[in-house]
Amino acid sequence: MKITVEFGGGAELLFDNKKHYDVELPENTEWTLGRLLFWLKDNLLKERPELFLQDNSVRPGILVLINDTDWELMDTVKYEIQPNDSILFISTLHGG
Amino acid sequence: MLVTGIGLSGQIKLKSSKVLIVGSGGLGCPSAVYLAAAGVGEITLVDYDEVELSNLHRQILHTEDDLGEPKVQSAYDKLHCINRNIRIIPVNQLLDSNRMKLIMSKTKYDVVIDGSDNVATRYLLNDSCVLNGVPLVSGSALQTEAQLTVFNHQNGPCYRCLFPVPPPPETVTSCGDGGVLGPVPGVIGVLQALEAIKIIVGLNGLLSQRLLLFDGINSTFRNVKLRSRNPNCAVCGDNPTITDLIDYEQFCRASAHDKVGNIDIVDESSNVSVQELFKQLGKKIVIDVRPKVQFEMCHLTHTVNIPFDDIIKADGVLKIQQLINNITVQEVYVICRRGNDSQRTIRFLHDTHQDSMMDLKNVRGGLHAYSQYVDADFPVF
Repeated sequence: MKITVEFGGGAELLFDNKKHYDVELPENTEWTLGRLLFWLKDNLLKERPELFLQDNSVRPGILVLINDTDWELMDTVKYEIQPNDSILFISTLHGG
Repeated sequence: MLVTGIGLSGQIKLKSSKVLIVGSGGLGCPSAVYLAAAGVGEITLVDYDEVELSNLHRQILHTEDDLGEPKVQSAYDKLHCINRNIRIIPVNQLLDSNRMKLIMSKTKYDVVIDGSDNVATRYLLNDSCVLNGVPLVSGSALQTEAQLTVFNHQNGPCYRCLFPVPPPPETVTSCGDGGVLGPVPGVIGVLQALEAIKIIVGLNGLLSQRLLLFDGINSTFRNVKLRSRNPNCAVCGDNPTITDLIDYEQFCRASAHDKVGNIDIVDESSNVSVQELFKQLGKKIVIDVRPKVQFEMCHLTHTVNIPFDDIIKADGVLKIQQLINNITVQEVYVICRRGNDSQRTIRFLHDTHQDSMMDLKNVRGGLHAYSQYVDADFPVF
C-alpha cells in the first residue's frame, strides 16, 4: 500500500532531515496509524526515538494530520490507513 | 474603509477596539505596524527585552539607533509616527501570571496577539484569554517555517485543547539558537494583524479550528483542519480544573523567555578562563564544538572545529583521538558559543571514554566571554 509520510516544524530532523517520504507499506496486515508509528520508528527514524514516541503515541508537541485533518477527528491511533493517504507529523513551533 | 465588508462601521469598530500584543519581536513588530496603520484605537505592547543587532533582520520596528533600548519604547516611537490618532501603551515587563492578571483586569481587550517566543508564555496567554473570554491570535516561527491559528474564538479550541501537555524542554528550539529567516515571521505577523482586524470587524473566515502552516523554502501555505474545543480541556472544558492562572515556568519546566541559561556540569578544576585561553592559543589544542556554519562565520585562529553533534552521533570522537595522537600535548581546551556545549562535550567524553588520556578543559563562558573580556572585536551573535 502506497502512502505519503511528511514531517515539518523540526520533526524532520529525526528523520534524516527529509520532509517527504513516499512509503510502500507491506500488504500482509491491516494498517492502523498506531502500527504506522512503530513502523516509522523501526524503518525511517534516525535518532532519539523518545523525541518522536512516548507511551505508544507521539510525544507532546507533535500534531498528526491525516490528509490535512487533525487525527483527533479521525480516531487517532485506531485510524485505518487507506491507500494514498498523506500523513503529516508537525512539530509545533514556539519562536517569534 | 472602502473595502467591502469593512466600511464606516468597520472603521469605527477598529477605532474603538483594544488589542494586546505580547512580544515586540519578529511577529509583534509587523503585526503592530498594520494594526496601528489600520487605526486600532488602543494598542498595548508588552516585552521585557532590549534591542540587539541580531534582531534587526526581522524585528522591523527597530533600527541600529535603537540598540540597547527597550523594545517596547523603540516600537512605541515608530508606531506613534505611523499613526498619531491612536493610543499606544508600552509595557516594559517580563510577563508572569500576576502581571498578566493586572493587565487583563485594567482593560477589556478585543484580541490578544501572541508574538511571544517561549512555551511558558504561550500557555499563560492561552489560559488568561480563556478566563477572560478574549480571542487569541497565535503565531510562531522558526528557521524557514511558521504556524498561525486563532484560539478561543466562537467555541473553537484553545491552545490546551491541542497541547494538553507541554513539550519536553529539550525539543524546543528558540529563534536565537535555531535562527529564523526574517521574512518568515514577517509573513505570519502580518497575517496575525489580518486575523485581528477580522475578529474586531466581525468578519467570517477566521483561522479558528484551522491551522495555517507556512513553509518558506517551498513557498507553500497549508491549511489544516483542527479538532473542536475539547469538553474535557483543563481550562476551556465543561468542568475546568484551571480556574486561575498558575506558575507557567514550573508547568513547562522552562523559563518565560528564550535566553539561554548557563549550565554548570563540569568540575571546577576542569574550567579555564578566556584569559588563560588567550595565553595558550597556538600552544594547546583548542577544539571548537560549535556547528560548522558558526565556525565558518567566525573563529579563533589555532582552533579546530569538531561539532558537538558529530561527537555524540558521528565520527567526532575519532577525530579528537587522531588530533591528540598526532601531537604529544594532552591538555585539550574545548570551546563553544556560550560555554554550554563545551561542558556537554566534556561530560559526554568523560562518561563514554573514561580510559582516554585526554585532559579536557572547559573554556568558561565560551566565545561570548572571549568577546567580552579579551577581544571586543570578536563578533557575537
